[in-house]
Amino acid sequence: MSERPTYTPFHPGWYRPRISTWWWLRRRSSLVFILREVSSIFVAWFVVFFLLLVAAVGRGEAAYQEFMGWAATPGIVLVNLVSLLFVVFHAVTWFNLAPQAMVVHMRGKRVPGKLIAASNYGLWVVTSLLVAWIVLAGWT
Amino acid sequence: MAKRVTLEPLLWLLFSAGGVVAALVIPVLLALFGLAFPLGLSPPSHEHMLAVLGHPLSRVTIFVSCTLLLFHAAHRVRFTLYDALQIKHMQELVVLLVYGAVLVGTAAAAYLVLQLP
Repeated sequence: MSERPTYTPFHPGWYRPRISTWWWLRRRSSLVFILREVSSIFVAWFVVFFLLLVAAVGRGEAAYQEFMGWAATPGIVLVNLVSLLFVVFHAVTWFNLAPQAMVVHMRGKRVPGKLIAASNYGLWVVTSLLVAWIVLAGWT
Repeated sequence: MAKRVTLEPLLWLLFSAGGVVAALVIPVLLALFGLAFPLGLSPPSHEHMLAVLGHPLSRVTIFVSCTLLLFHAAHRVRFTLYDALQIKHMQELVVLLVYGAVLVGTAAAAYLVLQLP
């Protein structure tokens, strides 16, 4: 008996089939999931766009007009339109998830999820109106 | 088991706060400055914009909001890269790029908010 038993020195590793990079195209739910995640790129774009606006306003009247002219070019309008769609998609999925994320109790009873979602949508409307009012006229 | 302290809970908190800001204020601002004004609605005067953005409360709000939005985007981009493209083995690189961008954006936001006259 010269043959010695052999041991695998390390864990042999799991069986892991290769998954295609495009796995999320196969099911509708996973596509929706990835699209929701992609909305974050448009959130980042908005930060850039908004900071450019702040910079232009800071540099004076002429720079502000120039920024507004640039924002009106077809390419930028298109990017902003797509961004708006993605961010609204983010907002809707975010508010619909709110009841799962926040469990609120009042007088010993759990506040129903629909009410929590509805209050989030209400807050969305109020915030939007407030921001629009500040931007458009209400500030003197 | 040794207790590992990670930054994840804090990052998740920033992600979550940024998600709320994104949902509440980005749609209206994009609708106004991205679509309505470029497509014909008369935009606010420069004087008005300066008054709105230059208010101390606005400066703080803009800086905090931009920071939270960037953390929100960074968190999602990070996990999308891990999951969708399956590049979890490149974690260090992804973290460096993504949070590096957050740092640059936050610094830019601070500078821009402070330089407003």
